[in-house]
Amino acid sequence: MSVDLSQFIPNFLAESFEGLELMESSLLNLEQDDDETINAIFRAAHSIKGGAGTFGFDHVTEFTHLVETLLDEMRNGQRAIKQDDVELLLVSVDCMKMLIEAIRDESDYDKDKIDETYQLLLVALNGKEPDLLEIPSKSTDTTTTSKDGMLEWKITFIPEHHLVQTGNDPLLLFNALAELGELTVEANSSNLPSILDADPQELYLSWNLTLRSENATEELIREVFEWVEDECELTITQNKPIECEGHSTGTAENNPSTQPVEATKESIAIDTVTENAQLEKPVVKAAAKPATKSKVDVGSIRVGVDKVDSLINLVGELVITQSMLSELGTDFDISKVERLTSGLEQLLQNTKELQESVMRIRMLPISFAFNRFPRLIHDLGNKTGKDIELVLKGEQTELDKTVMEQISDPLVHLVRNAVDHGIEPANVRVANGKTAKGTITLNAYHQGGSIVIEIKDDGGGINRDAVYNKAVEKGIVDAGASLTDNQVFELIFEAGFSTAQEISDISGRGVGMDVVKKNIQALGGRIQIDSTPGEGSTFKVNLPLTLAILDGQLVKVGSETYIVPLITIVESLQTKAELINRVSGDMVLYRLREDNVPIIPIYELFGIESDAKANTLEEALLVVVEADGQKVGLLVDDLLAQQQVVIKSLDENYQQVEGISGATILGDGSVAMILDIPGLIELAMQNANQRLSSKLQSIGTEGAMI
Amino acid sequence: MDIQELVGEIPIEGEYSLEGIDFITSGEQYLTFTLANEQYAVDILCVEEIRSWEKPTIIPNSPSHVCGVINMRGVIVPIIDLRLKFTIGEAVYTDTTVVIVLSIDSDGCSKTIGFVVDAVSDVLNAEDTDIKSAPAFGGCVPQHFIAGLVNVGDNVVTLLNVEALKQLESHQLKARGEQWIKNT
Repeated sequence: MSVDLSQFIPNFLAESFEGLELMESSLLNLEQDDDETINAIFRAAHSIKGGAGTFGFDHVTEFTHLVETLLDEMRNGQRAIKQDDVELLLVSVDCMKMLIEAIRDESDYDKDKIDETYQLLLVALNGKEPDLLEIPSKSTDTTTTSKDGMLEWKITFIPEHHLVQTGNDPLLLFNALAELGELTVEANSSNLPSILDADPQELYLSWNLTLRSENATEELIREVFEWVEDECELTITQNKPIECEGHSTGTAENNPSTQPVEATKESIAIDTVTENAQLEKPVVKAAAKPATKSKVDVGSIRVGVDKVDSLINLVGELVITQSMLSELGTDFDISKVERLTSGLEQLLQNTKELQESVMRIRMLPISFAFNRFPRLIHDLGNKTGKDIELVLKGEQTELDKTVMEQISDPLVHLVRNAVDHGIEPANVRVANGKTAKGTITLNAYHQGGSIVIEIKDDGGGINRDAVYNKAVEKGIVDAGASLTDNQVFELIFEAGFSTAQEISDISGRGVGMDVVKKNIQALGGRIQIDSTPGEGSTFKVNLPLTLAILDGQLVKVGSETYIVPLITIVESLQTKAELINRVSGDMVLYRLREDNVPIIPIYELFGIESDAKANTLEEALLVVVEADGQKVGLLVDDLLAQQQVVIKSLDENYQQVEGISGATILGDGSVAMILDIPGLIELAMQNANQRLSSKLQSIGTEGAMI
Repeated sequence: MDIQELVGEIPIEGEYSLEGIDFITSGEQYLTFTLANEQYAVDILCVEEIRSWEKPTIIPNSPSHVCGVINMRGVIVPIIDLRLKFTIGEAVYTDTTVVIVLSIDSDGCSKTIGFVVDAVSDVLNAEDTDIKSAPAFGGCVPQHFIAGLVNVGDNVVTLLNVEALKQLESHQLKARGEQWIKNT
């Protein structure tokens, strides 16, 4: 019986986290008499308890057991569903999460918090009579080592029906137990069939035993049952309260004596499979610890079978195409060229589909990121005393896993911000003729090649004047400067900027919005603000679907090929001499209908030698791109193909380069740089400033000479 | 001669005594190469491969000794011209010009960088005791790049500090600004 269970621990962890998520979201939606939801919560808790028991994570089992008992009372209608209990359960879910995370990371957890919650659960389970409040602590002294230093063990022994056929007699076991101490035996005959159905060679009884002993340990008791452990369900419990980091004698079912015994029995009856597995605990204990370590950092994705199926189909097709082509190649002559081209076309198609399928495996519905928000809103609502409703839309919109992981934190920050700054207190809302309940809407949808996530609140909107004044005060903007609404809203993203009157612990320290923007930009995304006074604000986050592959336009500058992300391109055009204007001191602008677009000559910016064609601005090719709401025209020599390129990092072996977001490998094996449009614009601006200041300097020196 | 015997003659590990202090050293092998008539060497264990010269893709606004990047089996590898980096000799490309690709592993991160040299010459066996410290008498190569000197016959080979080679200067905005001003 020495199966190495530790290999299943990652599964247990993954499933537990899923279960906890389910518990949390269900608890938030829990309403009176909602049997289905409470059953779902109970099941989740139950399987976590079972799993933890199997792997010998006793502290998790002990803790979860209380949660389960509380849930069970709710489920049976013994206990009305009260907000207090729900809150307590939410805190308990946090604690369970903390315990399981501690297992995953092999780290410590906040023992005080666990103990405190544990006591609260005990109190909740025992009703709120004040004298019972004392019991948990008292029980520590009284029952664990009762007056005379005796330990009390509860043993549940449910043998399989054929136990006696293998020559085992429960009586002998009980006699052996009695040698360890004072034994009380209680038989459970409820499973006894009618006399007509009963097989005399089968055993239908189960037993609850209580052993009071000075020196019995769990190992000693288990030793007694050693010969029958495969043929029974056995639970050994020491009567004492939780001991989280306790020695190994504390077992799965550490029922505090204060708890009704019925509850224990009941849960044992349900726990058939899982608790049986607890027998392997001593084996696991040794093996489990070192095994988990190596698995800490390995991320995993749960993928729908349909995605994998389609992948396998595609690989099948690819193999067929490959064999067709290689057959063609063995005996090739020019007459078969048509078949070759069609074969190659097929190959192209296959590769493309394969690529898409592989990409789809990395795609997860955004609900993974959205899931945490109901709880966040719930907690923040409690904290701020605001009544807030959260509406989630487009949860099935899929997003690359890496993007999802990195966007989570900025989203949380934006939502906190919406709660703290966006939604007004209820009395203000009512006074302004709005409903007392505020609404925050999270919406995700696809737009072109990117995904848009909207965080919208129906609060008071951004106070334009307050932001403006603050910016003037901080010296970010000159007093009296006229700014558009958008420019004012952009100020929020300045480092250290906050308009909150009071610093709260939710937000308002001015730390964050600049980080939010930076994180989003690091993902190649952008953020826009839209706000109407009195009606609320919308933060719109625009993100690329994936970080690994990008649709690019290949352009030629001199002898170099560059890739312009297709998503940034507004249009490409041939310049006309009459539309080029040199204004305000040699700034070159191109008139694009109503817009004046500054021209960035890439060859100059990057210091590349270019064909004469691009040097003369007339009849050159201009790729108009847009980033951060700024349009610029990139002067290039030639437009080449459009293609999807795989992004390779430059700083892996080299370092980050301004204006370049990465590199890729072209069909001929050569490397091409991918342009980072926002970076490029910034670079051009820096250059222009530098040129200006050095010009001023030279004028200054000349002036001095005169 | 049997190859095994040859291998046997190369000292790999041993104990040495110098002025009463015991050293346990390992005999190291170094790849030597020429840079403008001078002999240099790097630890052979760092050498990933030796490639013929091919024109790399230019990195915009990089220092002049950074030739650009190449594709080495899907990995983007920067190419540094050692002659320009050390300001010894001219960057001329001949038939013997090669790129020594080093994989430098330190501080838990590994970098793969290619270095352009005039030619590779030999594999050198040197004990730690053979390596003399370089006198601080100027020369174009900054001191921190030099791990030591080894006498080989009448020649002196400069051992390069591979870890120092890994350090790449950050791009200098200033240089570009000047260039821009020149252009306008």
